[in-house]
Amino acid sequence: MKLVTVAGPPSCGKTSVILRLTETLSKVGSRLGVIKFDCLSSEDEHRYNRAGIPVKLGLAGGLCPDHFFVANIEEGVRWGQRQGFDLLVCESAGLCNRCSPHIRGVLAVCVVDNLSGVHTPAKIGPMLKTADVVVITKGDVVSQAEREVFAFRIKQVNPRAAVVPMNGLTGQGSLMLERHLRTAPETPDLEGVRLRFSMPAALCSYCLGETRIGPDCQIGNIKTMDFS
Amino acid sequence: MTETTLLHLTIDNLLIRHPYANDFFSLLGLPCEARHLTVEAFFSSLSDERLNDLGLLREQLEPRLRAFISQMEDLRSESLPTLQNVTLCGGRDKDGRPEDIRLELHPGDVVSVVGPTGSGKSRLLADVECLAQGDTPSGRRLLIDGNAPDENLWLGGEQRLVAQLSQNMNFVMDVSVREFLSLHAESRLVEDIDVAVGQIFSTAVLLAGEPFKLETPVTALSGGQSRALMIADVACLSASPIVLIDEIENAGVDRRQALDLLVKQEKIVLLATHDPLLALLGQRRLVIRNGGIADIIETSDSERALLQRLNRFDRKFAELRDCVRQGKRLDFDLGDFLADCLPHAEQGFLD
Repeated sequence: MKLVTVAGPPSCGKTSVILRLTETLSKVGSRLGVIKFDCLSSEDEHRYNRAGIPVKLGLAGGLCPDHFFVANIEEGVRWGQRQGFDLLVCESAGLCNRCSPHIRGVLAVCVVDNLSGVHTPAKIGPMLKTADVVVITKGDVVSQAEREVFAFRIKQVNPRAAVVPMNGLTGQGSLMLERHLRTAPETPDLEGVRLRFSMPAALCSYCLGETRIGPDCQIGNIKTMDFS
Repeated sequence: MTETTLLHLTIDNLLIRHPYANDFFSLLGLPCEARHLTVEAFFSSLSDERLNDLGLLREQLEPRLRAFISQMEDLRSESLPTLQNVTLCGGRDKDGRPEDIRLELHPGDVVSVVGPTGSGKSRLLADVECLAQGDTPSGRRLLIDGNAPDENLWLGGEQRLVAQLSQNMNFVMDVSVREFLSLHAESRLVEDIDVAVGQIFSTAVLLAGEPFKLETPVTALSGGQSRALMIADVACLSASPIVLIDEIENAGVDRRQALDLLVKQEKIVLLATHDPLLALLGQRRLVIRNGGIADIIETSDSERALLQRLNRFDRKFAELRDCVRQGKRLDFDLGDFLADCLPHAEQGFLD
């Protein structure tokens, strides 16, 4: 089974990209499953169900979604193996731009959309900078120049990635993405495998439910700004 | 440059050799003040904590810088996409009937794509955009200079062969025309940005009819001004030798000048349209029916002569639009108004 991590900012079109991709894959008889990691709620489970794609939804709730993801992905891969998938897509939303869901030895896809603006690529951390393939969506509604500038900025922050423009509504570009997925290595399990980059740290009193504001209530991994 | 020499350059010297490398540092959030340091010394001076905060790994800094420089050199170098010809090899229509066509296009060619809504005009443009290789529903293939495009280059994210202009496109950046054009020129690694900006701007104003300023925010431009700016920008700044145009008829730009401009820049233009004035501007028109190219019509001399005359009507209509815009009444004798468009014999039809 191949494993692919697909990550990107909220509402950039990850689910649509994956759905269009599965249309291409099902034509070649590939069996595909999805694990969707989200934060509070997600309707995307139904979108996958309607398309007849086996899906597991994981909601992080009050936890950092990245930490929740990494605590569950190994078991998720076992689930994929038991289901006999050829390809398991792990979809997760990058909520803080410091998210780092990509795994060494596993094909990493980052989805970003043209509407997010030309300054966005520089603001996204390891999720974009360590990706192997960057899919750019919503190119049909912005000017050619903006598309070119956006793709240029992505190539600046991740010069090694392949850049694939894709239309999540029509599926245009999904064939090229599918060609990239073919190069993904087999991932029988994740034993001893490491993340590409450390996760955003979170260990302070607020992680444990503190709601009061003030220095007396801040314990643990705290970072302060210079207002002098 | 060898492994060690890059690391041993001072940042100053690095920026002299590769001015764009400044972006490398600023985009990663590592603005470098101490430019007398060598690259290696600068990298070592960064604390683990700072790198971690920025989402960077120390051992990846150098390979990243190298990849950045080589990427920029590729983009700026003379490896600009050029081509002698594009061949469109037919696939099949929606019922699977073969499309028996092999159409060779050369720089400066303008081809209209016509057919009812839903017939497959956009599909054809999409096939060209993704340089289909028999892998799209239509089964069409595109050859560049007689060959399939280089797969590695294509998979690596080379999208500079095809540029697009469509009615659906909008500007979404919150910047002025000047900033917008400068950003695009920077991304094309143009040497003299001000010259490029000035040239595109004056071209766009010419096409738009309604003047606008360099300081106008792009999102405040009218439909016609936006389209004019997009066309001028694609013609003058985009590297793409192929330009796809989808339905710009109502845009309020000087369409003839716009096409002339693209042709002058040696673009291959494919133009989906229902507008007779635009369709006749092409040397050929592809008639799309049921997802396939059903016919190719060469524009005849009589059609071209007719186009000349129809253009006179078009100019008359433009005059009427101006009257409406300026709050005037449309109160005139139609025969007199159209007198210079019609020979006397035809004027009787207007009564």
